[in-house]
Amino acid sequence: MNMFKKILIANRGEIAVRVIRACRELGITSVAVYSDPDRGSLHVRKADEAYHIGPALASESYLNIARILDVARRSGADAIHPGYGFLSENSRFAQACADAGVKFIGPSAASMEMTGSKTRARQHMEVADVPFVPGTARGLDSPEQALEIASKIGYPVMLKAAAGGGGKGMRLVHDPADLKSALEAARSEAQRAFGDGEVYLEKAIINPRHIEVQVFADEHGNTVYLGERECSIQRRHQKVIEEAPSPLIDADMRRRMGEVAVRVAQAAGYTNAGTVEFLVDQDRNFYFLEMNTRLQVEHPITELTTGLDLVHLQIRIASGEKLPFAQSDISIRGHAIECRIYAEDPDNGYLPSPGKITLLLAPSGPGIRRDSGMYEGWTVPMDYDPLLAKLIGYGTDRQQAISRLQRALNEYFVGGIKTNISLFRRILADEDFRSGKLDTGFLDRLLKRPTIETRPENPELAAIAAGIFATFDAGGNNSAVSTGSNNDPTIWRRIARAEMLHN
Amino acid sequence: MIYEVTIDGKSYRLALEQSGGSWQCRINDRDVEIDAVLTRPDVLSILIGGKAYEIKRERTPTDTHLWVGSARYAAEIRDPRSLRGRKGGQAQEDGPKKLIAPMPGKVVRVLLREKDSVEAGQGILVMEAMKMQNEVKSPKKGIVQKILQRQGDAVNAGDVLAIVE
Repeated sequence: MNMFKKILIANRGEIAVRVIRACRELGITSVAVYSDPDRGSLHVRKADEAYHIGPALASESYLNIARILDVARRSGADAIHPGYGFLSENSRFAQACADAGVKFIGPSAASMEMTGSKTRARQHMEVADVPFVPGTARGLDSPEQALEIASKIGYPVMLKAAAGGGGKGMRLVHDPADLKSALEAARSEAQRAFGDGEVYLEKAIINPRHIEVQVFADEHGNTVYLGERECSIQRRHQKVIEEAPSPLIDADMRRRMGEVAVRVAQAAGYTNAGTVEFLVDQDRNFYFLEMNTRLQVEHPITELTTGLDLVHLQIRIASGEKLPFAQSDISIRGHAIECRIYAEDPDNGYLPSPGKITLLLAPSGPGIRRDSGMYEGWTVPMDYDPLLAKLIGYGTDRQQAISRLQRALNEYFVGGIKTNISLFRRILADEDFRSGKLDTGFLDRLLKRPTIETRPENPELAAIAAGIFATFDAGGNNSAVSTGSNNDPTIWRRIARAEMLHN
Repeated sequence: MIYEVTIDGKSYRLALEQSGGSWQCRINDRDVEIDAVLTRPDVLSILIGGKAYEIKRERTPTDTHLWVGSARYAAEIRDPRSLRGRKGGQAQEDGPKKLIAPMPGKVVRVLLREKDSVEAGQGILVMEAMKMQNEVKSPKKGIVQKILQRQGDAVNAGDVLAIVE
């Protein structure tokens, strides 16, 4: 078992910074890659080495396998961490790394392929005694077949793309009369989004909860589950705020879901970090949805509630180490909630809001963790996903996690661009959220309600402040720089002498 | 120091007299005594009668905003003794209105032509940025007087895309 000497991080933004930090903590040299607009990024500043890989376009930089492997060769990296997104679930990349003799920190290409297609995953899981949403394990051949299956399962049904998610290629159908046209629409959308028009069919679960389980497997046959994450709060099928543990899950359900998640991972021959996603219906039945073969954005909430460092674990397992604990050693402690801070304008349909960050006042203090890729003076590029940072509140219970997070959101100020910080204030103040009444329809319902935020209006103070700022701009005297006698060095000397004489 | 300040469209006449950290303010006709220090560029700590406020200033190429807590105010300031005019004049409701690019990006589709009539909120063209396409909507009901960009053009935030009269 040989620990890596140098790891290339094939990613950018906050996750690249996160992995670089883990490398530093393990005494491993970190290699960053960057595209043209990312030359000034935080991940380049924090890495030990950095190499340019191309222009802004992802296909010519962060998605370019040849260029990334070329940097690995030139830098002498012996492993690559893919982060999340980009090439992290690309089996061709995993295979290309293996062929180049560079260790891919993640599962094998084969197990990725097995779980990457939702229909193929279903086919394998069916033999592993994994509960499924009633539906097809194979892509639909014809509208007639779809109608037949749908009438057996019962409406409403959901048409879904086999090759990907994020809402693309999905159609909810309540009426058999709509099924044929919905199928055509889903197929063409899936073809455009994923290059694969395969569509399958499932019973639609109304207002489900989206709960996922973190799994970890070493390369010696040991697989464990590390508790669940509640991810029901989504906008357009993108997660916005996540928490661990789920307010809905008791210890028994956690164990049962965890054991199923482990069976899913084992059936796929899975190694390293992975996440098994479930849908949970109103009666607390859970159904396998899909498996994500990468480290996820929301991994910090699992780290805080289990006390484990998942990126350290990923690196150590990839280097051949055995899992340093057994299932019985894992316990869940406290509660963690994560907000994804995006450069988006919540008052304008969440339009992306790139631009220069002119002022950044970032929160800290008890129970606050911030994984950030931004800094004051940085210009948020428009070419990539606008995730700026993750803000996590941790406490002994859910209430404390919520109040710490609210306190931290109050301290958070990002000037110069728009962010979705105000959305989290609304969510955390909401009665249903605070009492744990969550489902995937939550955010749509909240956003339909008008904002009833009443803030103390103080325009006169703003006017006075405007004048004071202008005075300082013109060169006014700022008494923040102490000019008074409190800073007179002779006073300190006198006090020090007096103390010495007394001692 | 005398200033004319506009906060969210409302005007205030402000007179300031500074003595160290202590400021005597006359705002319209009210007198207020405050303690203010600039803790770092664009962040003021203000104390009034024991209450503490952290005021942030946000400046972009087109405007200035002040934040008192989580309340955001559009601010314009004019020193009446200076010859500089007001920043960012407001267009009249009835006159021609500019359609401004809300962010840098590329024009991928122009939906209307010059001389077409348009409703308030109707899309005039489609921009692409950050892997997403967004319709840029008309600020008012009227006629498309001029479209200044073509399909394929790259634009910066604040660029004029079209004029509606």
